Amino acid sequence: MNTPSIHNAQSKSRLGDRVYLGVLSLSALILFLLIVGIAATLAWQSRLSIQATGFKFVTGSVWDDAAGTYGIWPFLFGTLYSSLIALLLAVPVSLGAAIFLAELCPKWLRTPITFLIELLAAIPSVVYGLWGIFLLIPFLRDRLMTPLADKHIPLLQGAGYGPSMLAAGVILAIMILPFITAVSRDILQAIPKAQREASYGLGGTKWETISRVVLPYSRSGIIGAIMLGLGRAFGETMAVTMLIGNQAAQTDSGISFNLFEPGYTMSSALANKFNEAQPGLSTAALIEIGLVLFVVAVLVNTCARLLVRYTGKSVNK
Amino acid sequence: MSLYAADGRVKLRRAQSLFMLTLCSLAALVGIFVLGLVLFFLAQRGLGHLNLKLFTVASGDGDGFAQSLRGTLQILAVACAVAVPLGIMGGIYQQESKGTFANTVRFLTDVLNGIPSIVIGIFVYAALVLPISQAFPGKGYSGWAGGVALAIMMLPLIMRTTEEMLRLVPSALSEASLGLGATRWRTMVSVVLPAARGGILTGILLAVARVAGETAPLIFTILGNEFMGKMDGQMDALPLRLFKYATDVDETHHQIAWAAALVLILMVLCLSIIARLSTRNRMQEDK
Repeated sequence: MNTPSIHNAQSKSRLGDRVYLGVLSLSALILFLLIVGIAATLAWQSRLSIQATGFKFVTGSVWDDAAGTYGIWPFLFGTLYSSLIALLLAVPVSLGAAIFLAELCPKWLRTPITFLIELLAAIPSVVYGLWGIFLLIPFLRDRLMTPLADKHIPLLQGAGYGPSMLAAGVILAIMILPFITAVSRDILQAIPKAQREASYGLGGTKWETISRVVLPYSRSGIIGAIMLGLGRAFGETMAVTMLIGNQAAQTDSGISFNLFEPGYTMSSALANKFNEAQPGLSTAALIEIGLVLFVVAVLVNTCARLLVRYTGKSVNK
Repeated sequence: MSLYAADGRVKLRRAQSLFMLTLCSLAALVGIFVLGLVLFFLAQRGLGHLNLKLFTVASGDGDGFAQSLRGTLQILAVACAVAVPLGIMGGIYQQESKGTFANTVRFLTDVLNGIPSIVIGIFVYAALVLPISQAFPGKGYSGWAGGVALAIMMLPLIMRTTEEMLRLVPSALSEASLGLGATRWRTMVSVVLPAARGGILTGILLAVARVAGETAPLIFTILGNEFMGKMDGQMDALPLRLFKYATDVDETHHQIAWAAALVLILMVLCLSIIARLSTRNRMQEDK
């Protein structure tokens, strides 16, 4: 439609719209550059460490500033292990709560309960940390660690003075619970009514309908929700830093499966070692931890989003 | 009589159903119980140590956190100044445009939303603080850097809510405006945006609530300060002070930490509650 415009106003307005779209695209471009910039900056500023340590950065188990040795395997293990503990604790509770909200809860009660559970997500990480230091840790120590100290139960062993993998796992579980609940509930609610009615029609009880029809139907979405929770757990910093003990296990590999043993995660190591970092290699190594965390977070989140979106689409069909 | 023969099995299945459903209800209760537990102890420990001095005296001068509170407000103001316009424009962009680049941007917003806050912190450190401190020794850590870090975290949240709120505006409204001969930007600025204003504000409040309690990115950007800091130097913020006081050994500091936690949680909860209540009311009106 390139006819010469008759109305002056129209050409003016086109200019306005061109500026408008230009400004909008610029804002989108800024966002695009920001993400690319995060990856590029982290990679550039950690180049010293990447060159010096190479792939040993991930597999090495000793972090020694004085010797210039940087290995994050104990931190990586701690991140995975504490997140795993958190998932084991949080997933059954979150799924139960999601099922309750989506299937059982009377309508008038749904909004207040959803709201309360979402408030759990609004509490800052550092406040959970404070609560953990002064209430959760003494509780775990007096009620669990001390009584079980000499019982030699597998996994339930270790230093037992409080700050531990277990404490970090419990606090992480509390922090990811509202996320998994909210996303799973949305997915459960998106499942067509006809599916349920068919099951009831065949004489299924409410639980049979949920466990054999609703849950299998929403499986990939729920896995996505759990992965979103996992992504959160990987990156959580303050509460974990305050509760995990910030000390690698005293083994050759620097890792231990004992729950009462203190540990480290990537983010807690980053937060904790930052004060003592010297300019140069030491700082570069810390920034490289950030780079690894970035890569892990992007991978986990991408998978999770794809799963959630895929389920949403197949459910809407 | 087969109907009756099956009776025992039906009872069993009903009992099993009831049992599992009870477990699910208990799970929801566990969530609420934990929330109650956290809030109860915060109130119990925090209220007793709350006093006016906390808000007027800096940590370095006595038992207070005035400098942290002021720092938090200043840093949040910077974060809002950066993130609100950019976030709203980004949201409008996502609503207005289609195509590969728009989809990429939408996907990247989700990615940005999932990046741990500590990574944002170390990014701002690597991109701003470190280069500045290398060029000007003794400089680098600043309230500005902290504000930028929080702004990056707010950005995807504001974009997402803006886009969703714009989508809720009935298309008849913008069609009417366009039909009257208004340009696209006129339609957006004078018709669509005002209609979505409440929802966008809610999104901004929630974003502020979420970053107000962030600590990890501030460790790498403002570093902390016992005295009233300036924006271009080391600053303090409430969550950061809380972290430092909670993890040192001084008993008085622990008490201030509890009071700080209570103040912080009241700030955050008030913001989220106001935001959620206002969204709910509007959605009910729409129905």
